[in-house]
Amino acid sequence: MKKSIIEVKNLTKMFNKFTAVDNVSFEVRKGEIFGLLGPNGAGKSTILRMLSTLARPTSGTATIGGYDIVKNDNEVRKLIGIVSEKMIMYNRLTAKENLLFFGSLFNIPKDVLTKKVDDLLELVQLTKFKDSQVGTFSTGMQQRMNVVRALLNTPRVLYLDEPTLGLDPQSSVEIREFIKKLNRENGTTVIVTTHMMVDADLMCDRIAIIDHGKIVALDTSSNLKKQLNGTNTTILKLEIANLTPTILGSIRALKCVDSVIQEDSTHLKILVHGEEAFDSIIDAIREKKGKLTSIENLQPTLEDVFLHLTGHQVRDSTNQKIPMNTHSGPFNRPKARIR
Amino acid sequence: MINMGAKTFISHSFRIAWKDLIELYRNKLGLVLLIIMPLFMMVMIGFIYPSNGSTVTNLPVALLNEDLGFSNSNLPSQAFITGLQQINDQTHLLTLSNASSIEDIRDKVQNGELNGGIIIHNNFSESLLSGEQGTITIVTDQSNPTISATMQAALSATFDQMSTLLAQQNVQMLNSSVTTNNSLAIIKPYNVQTEGVVSGNPSYFDFIAPGIMAMTVMMSVMTGLPVAISQEKEVGTMDGMMVAPINRMSIILGKTLAQVARGLLQGGIILVLAVGLFGVAIQGSILLVFSLLLLGVFAFVGLGIVITSFAKDQETAQMMMTTLMFPMMFLSGVFFPIQQMPWYMQSISKFLPLTYAVDALRKVMVLGADVSDISSDLVVLVVFGVVTTIIAVPIFRRMMTR
Repeated sequence: MKKSIIEVKNLTKMFNKFTAVDNVSFEVRKGEIFGLLGPNGAGKSTILRMLSTLARPTSGTATIGGYDIVKNDNEVRKLIGIVSEKMIMYNRLTAKENLLFFGSLFNIPKDVLTKKVDDLLELVQLTKFKDSQVGTFSTGMQQRMNVVRALLNTPRVLYLDEPTLGLDPQSSVEIREFIKKLNRENGTTVIVTTHMMVDADLMCDRIAIIDHGKIVALDTSSNLKKQLNGTNTTILKLEIANLTPTILGSIRALKCVDSVIQEDSTHLKILVHGEEAFDSIIDAIREKKGKLTSIENLQPTLEDVFLHLTGHQVRDSTNQKIPMNTHSGPFNRPKARIR
Repeated sequence: MINMGAKTFISHSFRIAWKDLIELYRNKLGLVLLIIMPLFMMVMIGFIYPSNGSTVTNLPVALLNEDLGFSNSNLPSQAFITGLQQINDQTHLLTLSNASSIEDIRDKVQNGELNGGIIIHNNFSESLLSGEQGTITIVTDQSNPTISATMQAALSATFDQMSTLLAQQNVQMLNSSVTTNNSLAIIKPYNVQTEGVVSGNPSYFDFIAPGIMAMTVMMSVMTGLPVAISQEKEVGTMDGMMVAPINRMSIILGKTLAQVARGLLQGGIILVLAVGLFGVAIQGSILLVFSLLLLGVFAFVGLGIVITSFAKDQETAQMMMTTLMFPMMFLSGVFFPIQQMPWYMQSISKFLPLTYAVDALRKVMVLGADVSDISSDLVVLVVFGVVTTIIAVPIFRRMMTR
């Protein structure tokens, strides 16, 4: 097991009465890519802000490379680089001026800094645009600048807050590849927050799933998925040609069903547990005269793990939609019409 | 070690200031507005406020002669009208017309054709010829107090001049051995003259230019600092500086330096315009003027930092600024003398640093005062700056890492 570079103990952050981060503890190993996965407002960014000394914890401690984030904040700052959700760039300054400005705040000798800036611009293929104002750049170019800016002080730990937010798929791939390369070649430890399952799955060595300020699970992507298999949970994808609210309601009402996601007008994805789950679902559909056209046993994804652990989806944790017209009562829904 | 720390502190501040100034320079529209704003202010105030009270000319005024004459003679009223016209030909104070009745004058004042009227009473000739005073009435337009006051003052002076002339003639008629000069001494034994502390004739503009200068420069720090910092917070660039191992205060110092440079640029523009366009003469030393502006800026920095700490976004910052700026503008004696205000407002103005800066700047620019003359103002400004900064710095530190 590798040595840990970040140690977080009982970290808590309150905003007035609201607890944004609730007694969180974890360790990040040297050289790994560590993911904080959770819906918006789960507290990922707040954890990152505390670890980068931009916010003070209400209670608890954390150390980066042995330095305390409150007591030795300036030492911590020398070790870290941060890629924020917002662009940390002055639009009226050129690419080169921006990097030279932020670099100069780190007390890097001038000749070293100049070379570093040139190298970094070359690294992200922006040398041609070094004398153009950043405000004229495309979103993808700006995000590349934003990442490179965090590398000026050659950080040992790099924080990325939603690095692919608002980027087109191609730019997202570029950023992901860039981070992985950086991690592989320089051994930079990376912590990345995201609400995108793909990001977490493709990039991270280990993932902490966060919901309502708490870590609900922490492991590698494959272990998290295995954890789901071990719990006797099965993921089924059903296609019902005449899917009605009545059928949906009776599936939801079954004891063996943990959660139901309606993907479109005929497809359902359901998480079920127990040996008899398969039979009871088919019975329930038949009883309501449903036409089951296909049934498929899916491999669990991170999304399913999240759903299993928190009971809701990552994307819309706040407004979990309950389909209209769903009958939910102790009695069977009366038949609307006899054909 | 401490020396090294101070050096990097200063160097970081300068980099931040330089970065801000480059941004300012590349924002062409902002730069143009930066120059136009003081220009507008100067031109507006310079032309709206008459420089010496004498620029009011050609006031439309109607003359109503109700004189009935006395023993077939209306010579006195004719002489009066001729005299008035002669003087008016020199001063161009009035555009005279004739009115048929007092109702006529009232109507024309009400519909805006006239600014006032002059009425010669019906017993004017009779009174004068029988050794009594002849009565003239000046009718004024109460809806416009400034104009009516100016007109009243100018007409009183004119009539005073006319009665003195007439009196001189009368005295010489009574005793032909009296010379013209002696007759004047008999009627007006006192010769009153006015003289300022410095030579020349300072206009309202000389009074207001130092005030506007002080206000613009100092407000630029008080308003510019919170707006600039809350903008960086909103955009996110503040985080970029905050994650660097720099002293938090170098951010404040750097931003302040940039704002001071901006403020002094504006102050300089005002000064050039005041001297070049409005003929303001600067009696004191220019160096002292700019040192005073810098000291004024220092007095405002603490206040600026406090507002910065409490303003979460640009909008709040702007609102806080406006709320504070208005009373300060009017209570600090920039536009109106403090002595004109009611006592409770005067006591408020004593707590505003701008009051002392304006006062000192005015003394230097208009009266040519030197450092020792304005020492009490300087002490207040220094104390104000030190006290507010001591209060502001811990507040800022706490607010930055929430």
